[in-house]
Amino acid sequence: MTDVRIAGVGLTKFGASPERTGRDLFAEAGLDALDDAGVDQDAVEALFYGNFMGELAEHQGHQGPLMAEAVGVDAPATRYEAACASSGVAVAEAVKDIRNGERDVVLVGGAERMTNLGTAGATEALAIAADDLWEVKAGMTFPGAYALMAKAYFSEYGGDQEDLAAIAVKNHENAVPNEKAQYQREISIADVVEAPMVAEPLGLYDSCPISDGASALVLTSEAFAEEHDLDASVSITGTGQGGDLMALHDRDYLARSPAADEAAAEAYADAGVSAADVDVAEVHDCFTIAEVLAMESLGLFEVGEGISAAREGKTTREGELPVNLSGGLKAKGHPVGATGASQLAEMTSLLRGDHPNSEYVEGATTGITHNAGGTVASAVVHVLEVEQ
Amino acid sequence: MSDDETYDAGYDDWLDAVEDGEAYYLEGPEGDGWLPPRRVDPATGSRDLTEKQLPETGEVETFTVVHVPTPAFEQDAPFATAIARFGPARITGIVEADPSDVEVGMAVTVGVMETETTGDRAVVFRPQ
Repeated sequence: MTDVRIAGVGLTKFGASPERTGRDLFAEAGLDALDDAGVDQDAVEALFYGNFMGELAEHQGHQGPLMAEAVGVDAPATRYEAACASSGVAVAEAVKDIRNGERDVVLVGGAERMTNLGTAGATEALAIAADDLWEVKAGMTFPGAYALMAKAYFSEYGGDQEDLAAIAVKNHENAVPNEKAQYQREISIADVVEAPMVAEPLGLYDSCPISDGASALVLTSEAFAEEHDLDASVSITGTGQGGDLMALHDRDYLARSPAADEAAAEAYADAGVSAADVDVAEVHDCFTIAEVLAMESLGLFEVGEGISAAREGKTTREGELPVNLSGGLKAKGHPVGATGASQLAEMTSLLRGDHPNSEYVEGATTGITHNAGGTVASAVVHVLEVEQ
Repeated sequence: MSDDETYDAGYDDWLDAVEDGEAYYLEGPEGDGWLPPRRVDPATGSRDLTEKQLPETGEVETFTVVHVPTPAFEQDAPFATAIARFGPARITGIVEADPSDVEVGMAVTVGVMETETTGDRAVVFRPQ
């Protein structure tokens, strides 16, 4: 079975560009990825594309062919939807396709246009990732759902708003040099804990912004990369996907994310590595508490201990295990359909040494990405390794 | 946006039952409790689900106070949304109380309210 090479990556700047169409966003990211790979679009044999709320934001379904056309790819194109894990799932499917020998070159990525909906409209659109009958009709929002998890976590394992604030402060600090990030500015603990509440105990600065943006990767087989002498030193060596019951109240745990436990176990086994081998992580911190749940599911911290990791400096850029050097969803932004593939794009740059924060992970060989959908009813984990 | 015109069988039937004082849950073979509509017990995969009377009193396991709502709850905010356990079944609902009075462990009953914003029905928890 072949490892899958990441031959090129492309990202738009994440942020507020309400006038830009999804097709234009994805064209920019896709063309950048093709240029970075040095692969002609005629070589692309399929597009795997993630998008969540296109029907609501742009009145646009059937986005696969539209996005292929936008990047000049004449090949089968399919949209994947798994809420905020949409393009993570698209990557997982693309990896299988190459490993199965079906195709040698695929373009994978995602895009989301959100800010044109406004805060209320985007809040409503995001809520459709929850159980409409039993959660949304009871007033639950996405920040609200993660707030329920945060409160349950505090009750079960301890921790407080300042522990969560340290995560937001860390991720904002990481985003400062990242030109693709929505917020390139530092914030303080006081900024976070004194910010207006969104859903208690989560305030404005515990929450990722509403973002527009796109991401893309050119994935190839090892054989294609070698035959065409591509500069593709980073491989996807492990992939895992997990699932859980849709409604939070039906789960075994309110303060854990078993779908991500499953995804991580599968990805580690697939790559033949363990949590102890991980040098750097990009995780799905849509809210500060989500970074805690993610790190614990990935086995990077014991259950109940992830809450204090940022505050104790363990996951800062100078710490033993830097987490979200891109700025994370929190500061880099979260155009939901683009997020999963964007994490692999950032990790690829970090491991190749061409990311503005690569200096903090010099010599790193193994990175992990964690992308979650809904209240982690979907989770996708990828292991990336770089040739030294 | 009101969706009053859409009747969701199972869900709306359950709200009707709650309004009639006949709240129920679906019990799987291993005693797990679920809300309808369901044909399969998620815990075991069994199709053997039995309607059981929902315990009258539940306990709040976690809650949040929503300050930024969806448009359908614009005039209701801020409000507390909680997950409460009623025997083997957990339910998500709005707590009919001052949000600052809501606590983990609080005893509640389940009912049906009409939201201020749309007049749609919603699951409500009433403190005991």
